[in-house]
Amino acid sequence: MNPINTMKLQFEGRSVNEAFSRTAVAAFVTQTDPTIEELSDIKTAVSEAVTNCIVHGYRDTLGTVYITANLYPDSRITIKIRDKGRGIPDIKKAMEPMFTTAPEEERAGLGFAVMQTLMDKVKVTSKEGKGTTVTLERSIRSKGE
Amino acid sequence: MAVETELLAGLVIARLSGDIDHHGAKPLREAIDGAVIASGARELELDFRDVSFMDSSGIGLVMGRYRLMQELGGQMWLVNVAAHLKKVMILAGLDRLSILDKPIRRDGKEGKPGEPNQYHEAAI
Repeated sequence: MNPINTMKLQFEGRSVNEAFSRTAVAAFVTQTDPTIEELSDIKTAVSEAVTNCIVHGYRDTLGTVYITANLYPDSRITIKIRDKGRGIPDIKKAMEPMFTTAPEEERAGLGFAVMQTLMDKVKVTSKEGKGTTVTLERSIRSKGE
Repeated sequence: MAVETELLAGLVIARLSGDIDHHGAKPLREAIDGAVIASGARELELDFRDVSFMDSSGIGLVMGRYRLMQELGGQMWLVNVAAHLKKVMILAGLDRLSILDKPIRRDGKEGKPGEPNQYHEAAI
């Protein structure tokens, strides 16, 4: 199925851009007429993925974060969030709730658990030294249903 | 993202506002911990009334303050948590700590949900 609309965003992995990126994605998604709750879920999941790029992907370096969002005719949204950072050596381990490699920052280790709870699908691909791509998918229910 | 702290007879009330994310969490925790430690208070109330957004960085913030108050032999609780924020807190298991919207009575017993916080009122 081809998307009916696409948005691409790229920005420097500075923490101040966490708010910018989740707000920009939410603004794009608004055209599907989501509920406040759906919009809040999407903002939260995007914030988790972008924070991972900045805190883990580009730890101690400044890199670029890439987002591609697609809207499909069946009101499905996919949001791909990619970095060209360190990559994740063990994705299964990284996705375990409470696992974190950055406890000193008071990271709860719940980023992936939050994404999985709030989205319909979360796909993670990663290559050490090359980067990580997280794809979030969520269907927007029509408000009449 | 901002926090305003107020001290009332051994109780620090921290009123958070705006978005709580990774970018803003550090200054928030420094301000709250600073107010608790400087005052010697043993009770901490985090007021979420004006918080518009929170991701798992907010969970880290709440758990970190919970641990601090435990270490100090005190207690902390949250008030005015909107439903969309509570959703993230519940999936992190914060409801199991029974700190969500729990009024504390002056006799130290747990109040009923919705009951005014007697300690708080007495302090005012």
